[in-house]
Amino acid sequence: MIIRSHAIAPVAPDRHPRRRGDGKAGACRKSCHDRLTRHACRRREPLAYYRPVDAIVVDGLEKTYKGSVRALDGITFSVPEGQVFGLLGPNGAGKSTTVRILTTLTRPDGGSATVAGHDVSREPGAVRHSIGYVPQASGVDREATGRENLLLQGRLQRMRGAGLERRATELLETFGLAEKADALVKTYSGGMKRRLDVATGLMHSPQVLFLDEPTTGLDPEARAAMWDELSRLATRERLTILLTTHYLEEADRLAERVAIVSRGKVVVEGSPEELKQALRGDAVAVDLESDTAERAAEVVRALDGVHETVVDGRRLHARVEHGAQAVPVILGALDGAGVGVSAVTVSRPSLDDVYLHHTGRGFRSDDEAGS
Amino acid sequence: MTTVVSQTLYLCARTLRNLSRQPIWIVVMVVQPMFWLLLYSQLFRRITDLPGFGTTSYIDYLTPGVAVMTAFFSGSWAGMGMIEDLDRGVLERFLATPAHRGAIVFGRILESSIVATLQALLILVTGLALGATNGGAPGWFIILAASFLVAAGFAGLSHGVALRTRQEASMIAVAQFIGLPLLFFSSLLIARALIPDWMQTLSLLNPVEWAVRAARGEALPGTSWTEMGGFMLLLVGFVVATTGFATMSFRSYQRTL
Repeated sequence: MIIRSHAIAPVAPDRHPRRRGDGKAGACRKSCHDRLTRHACRRREPLAYYRPVDAIVVDGLEKTYKGSVRALDGITFSVPEGQVFGLLGPNGAGKSTTVRILTTLTRPDGGSATVAGHDVSREPGAVRHSIGYVPQASGVDREATGRENLLLQGRLQRMRGAGLERRATELLETFGLAEKADALVKTYSGGMKRRLDVATGLMHSPQVLFLDEPTTGLDPEARAAMWDELSRLATRERLTILLTTHYLEEADRLAERVAIVSRGKVVVEGSPEELKQALRGDAVAVDLESDTAERAAEVVRALDGVHETVVDGRRLHARVEHGAQAVPVILGALDGAGVGVSAVTVSRPSLDDVYLHHTGRGFRSDDEAGS
Repeated sequence: MTTVVSQTLYLCARTLRNLSRQPIWIVVMVVQPMFWLLLYSQLFRRITDLPGFGTTSYIDYLTPGVAVMTAFFSGSWAGMGMIEDLDRGVLERFLATPAHRGAIVFGRILESSIVATLQALLILVTGLALGATNGGAPGWFIILAASFLVAAGFAGLSHGVALRTRQEASMIAVAQFIGLPLLFFSSLLIARALIPDWMQTLSLLNPVEWAVRAARGEALPGTSWTEMGGFMLLLVGFVVATTGFATMSFRSYQRTL
């Protein structure tokens, strides 16, 4: 598994909206615990070209809620300035708790975190000045207009005068809300409301934006529109975005880097491409007719060209060199062993497979376990 | 310091603006106190024939009482708005900004006080039209001030309860539980001399009674400004205490996040 360290971000303006190719430099996260050694990791490039800035550093955060739900169990990651970073995991994995600690809403029981250079526990005021937060549960005032929401948000962020009005108008236009700017939010569609949420988070031009499940509850069309909006945003503004999602597709689409979170820990981190490539080969999923998955796994595991097998209920996941060639072999072997098959699918690796690979559980089954 | 004040005003303006957009709410807020005033003044018209009122004008007696009662209700139900903000994530969004924590609570308390003072003004004007005098300008002023304070005091209590229970049903139960007893353990509707002694004594612990006694003082011959001032001071103390309670409850809410 190659995990790149992005701890040192390029200052150059040539940012690709989604992924920044930077070769194979810095495959040494484990050995690099401080900034100086991380510098050394990138000696292929002239040092002056890079600026060591992590907009978010999360180090071993722990949080246990009353009733002994262990929400975070030493979660650790960092996000360089200007990057779109996805925290991916099912409900209950600890994504929202992490965001709530980083936005100073919740205090951690252990570990530390800094946002825009400020410690979340010691300098919460400075953190709040530097961040925009778009909570999962909206948080805009439904009884007020879009513009009023933005103006109040700006005022709470200590903005004043003409600049305040101008920024509100600008955001309303950017997010396609100009026409409804002076209508009450309760008359907005779901997608419009969510766009206003994001605009509200951006009102004071924060350095870091937290988007907690930005498209949950939106219909597919509104979701696609929101994705376009967010990709544009990431390109246009030099903004660090931390995004949580339980949609694999969303992380794949928006995030330059992804950390998969399960049960309060990061299980793997990297760009979506890297994570998928590291899996080698295609994914074959076999739906079995009866509860013979363990038996089937034994049979398949013995075949040539099968890298790994994971049993998930009545479904058997196998990772193979060549999907098209492997399917007849697998089916033949299962047939020979007397295992009935109801369906087979072959796919290029997806983040779902990455998730399965690293947690040994299907995304949905973990969801159930987590909640 | 200026930040607290300006943010309190912004947050208060937000809730007042939202209320002003609800026509039914406005109608009820305007009509209900006037309804009380007209209804009681007709129902109990001859009550001042009984000894102990110290005045023969029941409307003079009633106007401050209805103003205080309205302010008391307005304050004790205020927590509902806080629960709505809490449920809709508005509070959480505010908390992720550098907004002054106190201002979030103060803005809400001020909202109740302003609404109550406007209602008191309306009641006073109606009362005067119906023949009350209430001791002229100083008496009118103290009615408005007492309404402002009693609304603030009970709003603080209500927001504190809201932030601790975080449930509409619990909030409603508490508001109802304190509502009528506090009204009847006071001389709001009836002369103090006609209330049993033990109730008179207990009523001295009741902030509604403090407000009524202060607000009505000017209408009753023989009430000294010292006594009224004393009740006003008690009310100020009540406001400080419940605002403190609301602020502490706010912190305890933050800890549960």
